[in-house]
Amino acid sequence: MAYLSIRQVSKAFGGPPVVDAVDLEVPQGRFFALLGPSGCGKTTLLRMIAGFETPDSGTIAIDGEVMNAIPPHLRPTNMVFQSYAIFPHLSVFDNIAYGLRKLRLPKNELKARVEAMLATVRLEGLSGRGAGQLSGGQRQRVALARALVRQPKLLLLDEPLAALDKRLREAMQVELRQLQRQVGITFLMVTHDQEEALSLADQVAVMNNGKILQVASPRELYERPNCREVADFIGEINFFHATVKAVDGDRVTVNGGLLGVVALPRANILFDAAVGDALLLAIRPEDIGFADAGLAGTLAASTFLGETTLFQVQVAGRSDPIVVSNYFDPPSKDVHLNFPPDMLIGLPES
Amino acid sequence: MRRQGNGANVAGGTGSQGAQNGYWLLAPTLAVMALGLAAPLGLVAVYSLKNQTGISLSEGWTLAQYGEVLGRASYRTLFWRSLGISGLVTLVTVLLAYPMAYFVAFKARRAKFVWLIALTIPFWTSYLLRVFAWKIILGFDGVINSGLMRLGLIDHPLTFLLYNPFSVVVTLAHAWAAFAILPIYVSLEKIDRSLLEAATDLGDGPLRRFLRVTLPLSMPGVIGAAVLIFVPTTGDYVTPTLVGGPAGSMIANVIEIQFGRIGNWPMGSALALVSMTAVALVAGAFVLLARWATARVR
Repeated sequence: MAYLSIRQVSKAFGGPPVVDAVDLEVPQGRFFALLGPSGCGKTTLLRMIAGFETPDSGTIAIDGEVMNAIPPHLRPTNMVFQSYAIFPHLSVFDNIAYGLRKLRLPKNELKARVEAMLATVRLEGLSGRGAGQLSGGQRQRVALARALVRQPKLLLLDEPLAALDKRLREAMQVELRQLQRQVGITFLMVTHDQEEALSLADQVAVMNNGKILQVASPRELYERPNCREVADFIGEINFFHATVKAVDGDRVTVNGGLLGVVALPRANILFDAAVGDALLLAIRPEDIGFADAGLAGTLAASTFLGETTLFQVQVAGRSDPIVVSNYFDPPSKDVHLNFPPDMLIGLPES
Repeated sequence: MRRQGNGANVAGGTGSQGAQNGYWLLAPTLAVMALGLAAPLGLVAVYSLKNQTGISLSEGWTLAQYGEVLGRASYRTLFWRSLGISGLVTLVTVLLAYPMAYFVAFKARRAKFVWLIALTIPFWTSYLLRVFAWKIILGFDGVINSGLMRLGLIDHPLTFLLYNPFSVVVTLAHAWAAFAILPIYVSLEKIDRSLLEAATDLGDGPLRRFLRVTLPLSMPGVIGAAVLIFVPTTGDYVTPTLVGGPAGSMIANVIEIQFGRIGNWPMGSALALVSMTAVALVAGAFVLLARWATARVR
C-alpha cells in the first residue's frame, strides 16, 4: 500500500491537459523526486497534492485517506515554496512557530519545539532575526523548518534549490538528504535538474507533457531508461537506429547500421523485441572507448569538464556527432571508436 | 545627502557633481515649496504672536492669542468636533475602501484596469458639485425624503439627514473614497501571492490568513490612506459650510471667519497653527499605534 497514491489524475487549464491521467505511488519515508522539463505538469501535480489546485478527475489519497474534498489548510501536507515565501513581517522564530499557533501549546513547549527545529536545520541563535536579514540559504532553512515543525505526513518541495547559487546548492543537497533521513518524513520534491533528482532521491518519476514516463531508482533511470525521452533527459546519450536480426538464448543480434552487426545481452533490450523489429541502440558517452580500430571519425570539438573531457566525434554517414567522454585526449584528430556490446541498450523505436 | 550622492552616482558623473544634479532636479519643487508654503507659514507664525487693536498690529510679541485659543470653551468644542468628525470620516472611509481595494486586487482578474478607472469616476466632477449633490440627496425635499414619503414609509421629511455632523461625515467619506482605495489597493497588490498560499499551507483558514498575513502586510497602505484622509478633512471648510449647519461646523470655519468677516488675523493664525499641531500629533500617534499593532501580530 503506497503512502501517497495518485490515480488517474488529470488537470487542464482550458487547453490541452497539463496533467494527463497520471498514476503514481509514493512509498512512506522515502525521498521521492518528480523530474521533468519546465511546463511538463510536475508543479501542477504537486499543487494538486497540496490542495492549491483541484484535479479535473481522478483521486489523490494520503495514508489511505482521499484528499480531493479536503481544503488545503486541513491537509496533512506542508510545502517548501520555490520562493520560500518567508513572512516578511515576522521574525525567524515567529515564521517557524506560524503553523503551531493554532495548536495553542503552552508557551514553553512551543518554544522548545521551535528551538529544536532551529537546531535541526542548524539555525541556532537566529530566532530573533527578521526575515529581511537572512541569506538565501538561511531563508531556505527557515522554509524547511517552518514546514517540518508541523510534522506533516508528506513534505512537498517545489524546486527547493533552484534559487541558490551552485556551491550552496551542492552543500544543501547533502544537507537535505541527511535531513530527510533524520526526520524520516516522506519528501516529495519537484525539480527540472536531473543531477539534483539523481543525487537526492531514492526514487525518481520522470514526467513529460503531463504524463509519467518512468518511475525508478536513479541508477536504473540512468542505466536502463525505458524510452528515448527518459534516456535523452537524463544525461548525455547517443542513439543509433537498428533492426533485430536474430534472437537466440540470452543474446540478441541486431543490425546496427554504422555499428555493424552486434550481439548484445538479451537483458539489455528493454522491451519485448521480435525478429524484424526496429529498435534504438543507446550508449552513454563514458561507455564508448577510443581504440586502434573500430568506427572511424574525426574530432570536431572537445569540452573540458575537469575530471573528464567531452568529445564530439564526427562520423561519415551520420549528421549529429557522437558524444564520447574520456579522461585522456586521443593521440590525433582521426580517431576510432569502440562500442562494447554489453554497454549498448535497446529501446523501442518511438 | 550621502544617499542622494550615491543614487546619482549610478546615473553617471562623480559623486559631488551627481549630488548637484540631484539638487537641480529638486529646484523647481523647492522654489514652489519655499514661496508657497514656508514663507506664508512663517508669516502666519509671526501674525499669531501679535496683538491687534483696530487694524494695527502691536509692536511687541505676545502669547495672548494662544492663551485665548486654548482657553475659550467654544474653540475647544470646535477642535474636538473637527478631530472627531475627521476621525470618523477616516474610519468610515478606510473601512469601506478596504473591501473595494481587496476586490480589485484579488478578485478582479482581467478587468483590474477598468475597475481602477471606474473607481475614479466620481472625481471627474468637481468637489463642489459632489458636495451639492449630497445636499440634494439628503435635503428636506431631497431624494431620500421624497422617496420615502412617496413610498408612504414616513409622513414628514426626516430632518436629521442634513445640517449636522452626520451629513458632513457622509459627504467627506464619499469625497475622499478614492484616496483611500488607491493606496490600500497598491499595498494589497504588492503582497506576494505565495505568502498567502504558505499561510494556507500552514493551517490557516481564510479568516485567520487575512488577519495574520494580508492585513499586517497591507498596513502601510491603510496608514497611508488614513493620514491622507485625516489631515485634509480636519481642515476642510467647504463641506461643513455647505452641509454642516451650526452643529456641523468645524475649526476651519472659524479660521475663515477670523481672517474674513472679523478680520482678526493674529487670532486666525493662532487657531490655524494650533489646529496644524493637533493634526500632526494625532496623525503621528496613529502611525505609531498602527506600527505597534502590526508588530503584535504573529
